[in-house]
Formats: sequence, C-alpha cells, structure tokens
Amino acid sequence: MGENMEQSVFEQEDTQRGRFLTFTLGRESYGIEIRYVTEIIGIQQITEVPELPEYIRGIINLRGKIIPVMDVRLRFKKDFREYNDRTCVIVIDISDLSIGLIVDSVSEVISIPDSEIVVPPEMNKDSSKYIKGIGKVGSEVKLLLDCERLLNEDDIENISLN
Amino acid sequence: MAEQYNESMLDMYIFETTQNLEQLEVCILDTEKSSCYTKTAIDEIFRIMHTIKGSSAMMLFSSISKVAHSIEDLFYYLREQKPHNIDCSGLSDLVLEGSDFIKVELQKIKSGDKADGDASNLTNRIKEFLSCLKQQNSYGTEIVEPVSEPPVRYYIAPDKTSNSLSQKAFKATVCFEEGCEMENIRAYTIIHNLKDFADEVYHLPQDIIDNDESISIIREEGFQVFLKTDKSYEKTLEFFKQTIFLKDLELIELENDEEFSQFNKNNQILLEAGPIKVPQLEYPASKESGGKEAAAIVSNQSIISVNVAKLDKLMDLVGEMVIAEAMVTQNPDLKGLELENFQKASRQLHKITSELQDMVMSIRMVPLSMTFQKMHRLVRDMGRKLDKEVQLELIGEETEVDKNIIEHISDPLMHLVRNAIDHGIEATEDREALGKAKAGKVTLEAKNAGSDVLVMVRDDGRGLDKERILHKARENDLLNKPEQEMSDKEIFNLIFLPGFSTKEAVSEFSGRGVGMDVVVKNIEAVGGMVSVDSMEGAGSTVTLKIPLTLAIIDGMNVRVGSSCYTIPTTAIKESFRPKEMDLIQDPDGNEMIMVRGQCHPILRLHQLYGVRTEITEFTDGILIMIEQDQKFFCIFADELLGQQQVVVKALPDYIKRTRKIQGLAGCTLLGDGSISLILDVGGLAGKR
Repeated sequence: MGENMEQSVFEQEDTQRGRFLTFTLGRESYGIEIRYVTEIIGIQQITEVPELPEYIRGIINLRGKIIPVMDVRLRFKKDFREYNDRTCVIVIDISDLSIGLIVDSVSEVISIPDSEIVVPPEMNKDSSKYIKGIGKVGSEVKLLLDCERLLNEDDIENISLN
Repeated sequence: MAEQYNESMLDMYIFETTQNLEQLEVCILDTEKSSCYTKTAIDEIFRIMHTIKGSSAMMLFSSISKVAHSIEDLFYYLREQKPHNIDCSGLSDLVLEGSDFIKVELQKIKSGDKADGDASNLTNRIKEFLSCLKQQNSYGTEIVEPVSEPPVRYYIAPDKTSNSLSQKAFKATVCFEEGCEMENIRAYTIIHNLKDFADEVYHLPQDIIDNDESISIIREEGFQVFLKTDKSYEKTLEFFKQTIFLKDLELIELENDEEFSQFNKNNQILLEAGPIKVPQLEYPASKESGGKEAAAIVSNQSIISVNVAKLDKLMDLVGEMVIAEAMVTQNPDLKGLELENFQKASRQLHKITSELQDMVMSIRMVPLSMTFQKMHRLVRDMGRKLDKEVQLELIGEETEVDKNIIEHISDPLMHLVRNAIDHGIEATEDREALGKAKAGKVTLEAKNAGSDVLVMVRDDGRGLDKERILHKARENDLLNKPEQEMSDKEIFNLIFLPGFSTKEAVSEFSGRGVGMDVVVKNIEAVGGMVSVDSMEGAGSTVTLKIPLTLAIIDGMNVRVGSSCYTIPTTAIKESFRPKEMDLIQDPDGNEMIMVRGQCHPILRLHQLYGVRTEITEFTDGILIMIEQDQKFFCIFADELLGQQQVVVKALPDYIKRTRKIQGLAGCTLLGDGSISLILDVGGLAGKR
C-alpha cells in the first residue's frame, strides 16, 4: 500500500519533471517549472497596498482567497506596460505561499530535457540571479526562472533599500 | 512503553487528569478560605489522588503515580485518623506542589517527551509530613488499619444475570510479571474487561482496589478469577492471554458451580447500569461529591470538544458565504429589474445567513471564568511569598469573549494581577498603619460595553505615585511634552511605555522593566486598548478594552481614488464635510480643523498611501473624526461608501513578510468581490 503510494507520487513528479510553462515578457521567452503553477487567470481588479515595492502591484481576490500579485516586468526592472487582454496572472504556490505573477502573455507548456538546459553564463549583473538555467528548444531559447529566489530575494533587497 | 496504548487512551488520560487536578486546586483553595480541611474536602482530594494514581500507573507514568500515591497515603491517614492539629497551609503547599509536579509531567507527555521528572524529593517530604503528623497525633489512638472494609462489589453486567443455563464455569489464575507494579489495578482491568465477556465474575482477593494488601497477595498467589460464560474454553483462554505483563495463566473449566457458592453466600450483587470507567471509591460521607461527579459526567455528554482550527475554517466559510450572498443579491445584472419573488427569497437567505453567522460567532465565545479562576492560585502564591494578605474578588466572570482573544489576554491579565499585588498592595503593617483593612483586595471585573468587553484589574493599594513616575520618565527621557501640561491620566499612562518600571529592585514576580509595555502590545495585538487610573492612597485601576471578536467587525467603507478602505465603526466619532473657514494650516504645513472649539489634526489618506485621486480639497471630500486613546484626529477621504459588517482577513503572508505596513490591520472582501483594506486606527494615530 505504502509502496504504491510512493510510486504514484513518484510518477506524478515524474510527469511534471522537465516540463515548463512558458510565457513572454517583451521579446524574451521565460519558462517556469510546472509543479509550482496552480492556475492561470486573466488580469483582475488589483487592490493597491501602500508602502510596498513597486513590483508588488497589490492584492487580488482569487475566489475568496486573497493573494498578492507581482509584476514580473517591474521585478526585472523593465518598463511598465499597460495591461491588456493578453496579460495573464500565473498563480504559483511555493511552500504554501501563493502569489500571482503578472506576465505579458502565456505561451505553452513544453518539455525541456535536462540535457538541453545549460547554466546561465556568469555575469555580475542582477538580471541573471533569478535565472536558474537556459533551455534550448529548437532554435529558441527559454530563460528558466528560479521561483524560490524570485520570492525570497526581496528580503535582502529591502534591507539594502532601507 | 506508552506506545502500547493508543492515542485516544493517552488523550483521555491527559484530559481526565487535567480535570482532576483543576478540581483538586479548586478544592484546596476553597479549603484555604475556610482554613480547615472538611471531611468532604479530604474525601474529595483522596478520591482525586487515588484516581490519578491508578490511571497513571496504568499508563506507566510511575513518577506521577508515586507522587499521587504519597499524597493519597497522607489523606488516607487524615481521613481515617482525623488528627486535630493539622498544619493546614503546609499541607496545602505540599499538595499544590504535588499538583504542579504532575502538571509539568503532563505537559511533557503532551508534547511527546518522556515524563522523567524526579519526584523523590517531593514524595520524601510528603512522607516526612505524614510521619510528623503521626507522631503528633499518636496519643491514644494507635494507627489501626481500617477495620470497616468497604462492601465488596461485583460487577455483573445487567440483563445477563438470568440465563445461567448452558454456561460454562471457568477458574483462571493469573500471575503477573515481577516488577510490573500496581498488580491490583491490572487485575481490576481484567475484571473490567470481563464485564462484557462473561456473565458472572468473581475474584480472589476480593477487594483488589481498596486494599493495598491485595497487591502482595496477587504477587504471591496469583489472581484468581471465577467466571461464567457461554464462550468456549479457547475463547476464554485467548481473552486472558491479552493481558499485559502476563507471566502465567492457568485456566480450568469447572464441573459444577461449587466454587461459586462461596461468593454467593452473603454478598450483595451490585448491578452496574452505566459504564464504569475507573474504580471510584464511594463512601457514605462523600455522597455529595459522588453526586457532583455524576452530574459532571452527564453534562459532559452534551458537550463535545472541537478542534479550534476547524472552527476557524467554519468561520472563514461563513464569512465567504456572507460575501457570496451579497454578490448574488446585489448583483449588478439585477439592477433595475422588478423581481418580487427573488427579493423575497433573498431576504430569506439573508436571514438564514445572518443567523448562521451569529451562531458561529457564539460557538467561539468562551466565558472568561477559566482565565479568572486561574488568578486564585496566583494571588494565593504571591500573597504567601510576599507575606501580604490579599483577597481576590471576581465580578462578571461569565462574560464571554472570542476564544482567540482569551488566549491573548490571559498573560497580560496575570501580569496585571501580579503588578497589583507586588506594587499596589502595601505590606500588612503599612496597611494597618494607614487604617485600611488588613487584607488587600484585588478585584477582577469584566463587563460588556457595546462591541467591546471591559476587563478591569482594581486594587485598593497605595495607588500610583505621580512624582515617581515623572522622575523615572525624566530619567529615561520618556517625556514627550512639558510636565506642567500633562494631565494626571497622561502621567499615569507613561507606565505603559517600554522600559518603564518604578520598582527599583527586581523581584521574583515583577519589576523587570519589560512589564507594562508587553501588556499593551499583547492587548493592542487583538485590537484592544489599555488605560490606567489611580488615586493616591486609594488604589489603581487598569482597564483593558478588548473587542468581542476579531473575526467580524462593523466597518465604515470609504473611498479614496479608486481604492476602498474600511474604518472600524467603533473608532469613528462622526463624519462631516468641513467648511473652508474651519480649516487651519500651521507654519510647518500641518493641517488642522476646528470643530466646536477643539482643534484636531487631519490625516490625508491619499497622501499617506500615495493614492491618485481627483479630490484633494477638504471641502470636496469628507472628514472622518477618529477617537484613539482619548485623542482625536480626522481622516480625509473622498467619500463614504456605507457601513457594513466585514470579515477580517489577514494580509497575505508574502506581503507581511516583505514589510510591516503601519496603519493596516488586514483586508476584507466587499459585496462586489473587490478588496478593501482595513485601517488600523491605532497605527494611524502613530503615523501622524
């Protein structure tokens, strides 16, 4: 019984392994591990919360649950772009923490085998610190996000801001 | 070893023992008041200790059972010999110490640790006390072992007595492993379990529970059980083999009832109708307590304990339902339609949901009495240590408060009572010199006031010393305005500032300088307020104003730009549109308004939270006057949206972690599904 359970959990993880949800921000295409993603919703009415970093746009009501939303564009210090029909909120769930990521548009779910993923080049710039790896799909390149860092790095930033 | 028993048994044990200990404390504190041990009290304590001893031994918590055993011995002596000159307070101290020890052990068991406390010191002292007592009372009466054996009881399951036909008779001799302790209790367990298995059960030795000598008999000769059952030999054998610590078992099928006849001669047969849990000694004298016990069992049946997490979940769901209801009935699609039947149905729905909401709220309400009762012990211990005579008076302990809030006020309350006794109440000599009653008095009072509960801690001690407070405040640089301008109340409230303690020496109970501000923080955490009032020489009163509940508040929704904020209605004094002529601006740019001769500062919400709005002129928007700690200020918003009950939800963890936002208490969902931020009035007052 226990063995079966273990196996099914293992299998489930296996089907999610190497699969990424891709989305676009401007010209770049990003990937996010599918196991973090709970759902994708259209842009909603956002309630602003004061005194937060600019990239946290506020909070939204997701069927009675209140979750914060982060504009990934602003997070990566790109220019703000008005939201439109294609703007999506990807709701991710990392260690019981739900957060919505606002992205320009969601593309598709693809499999990228480990062999096709390379580590990002060593750069001293901030931009690469949220990128876990770079996936090659045909001739395209997908930047694979490190979700944990995306959420947890702000603490450090805040301290330096203050 | 405890793994042998399943969780529920352990839970049951902890629950029962805790209850017994509570009863014990009440009993002892009552006794203290009348300053002598009544027969009922002795019986009661004996019974409690006996129960604890038995159940602890069953659960293999030997340290607890040893302590209980020694106290039981002590009270056994008291009960049988009725010695005259008992050192009552010494005795109470010992028993309370014992109960504390057991409590600590229980805590360990609860958190999954081993109950490894060493009680030998305590038990030795109890034994010393007992031998001391015996010496003092040895005149005349020799210590005689109890002659009057309690009537032997046999448990025979009801409705099974009649059919003695087609039954087999068995004789079983059970030997326990050496060193398993409490053989009599284990033997009792067998008998207890047999109740359902067999129709007639007799055993030798007979008085296994009441007579401690039975232990040695069982050890030496084994425990003999005679039973009649319609089960087969194999089944019976199997039954006995389940016994814990079984060393030897001999099971013989008897040809006839001969051996039974020895029991039937002159023994009454007691039919047990109800379930027997633990052997309880019932003596004629302790009838009242027995009756009480029965009543307690009956009332227990109509009460179930529920996990608080489940209640919280239920609360959330009901809250969401209230919002969903508003979403349906105030749906914009329905605007302008004549829907008579729909209106009727939605009114019905509204009635039910609001009743449901009230019901859920009332489930969470718990009377303050438990929290208040705990203070008895504190007052007693402190009075003893500080050598002050203190009476505790409780008023309105039946007042009900939300469970979550009770948890938050228990510690502050304890601190306040400690302070009152340590700092407030004078030493007995001083009191007499001042012509006051010898015993100091601490009053705990609770009462409802609108949607708040007021809890007051009052003492009739020396009161607060204004000069000393000011002096201390000067020393620590805590004064924020000239001394001459401060009202008495403001001076008194200085004691709530962090790092303030007028007591020079740190005592065991208070004076660490972290006192009052912690109280304030705790109370403010649940949205309450603390204030103090005092009369030099006549005592002081600390008043806690706490909300009835955290989960649902009455709120006024206001709009600023495109955002919506909710202000707790309780804080709002009035709202009005200001006239140009009442507005004042001082050279620093602080804006103020004159209302009925009083000048109040204004807080622009849109400026504070950086919200874009068209309305920046005071005359276009609305001012809401807020009262906080007897201070007033006005909040400037675009317009009022209306008043409604809102369900308070915490801001998402991610946001709380990123930054602690001052002035926001949480958020709530409005009828249209949008989110409103709830303003924390206390925090806003600090922002000004």
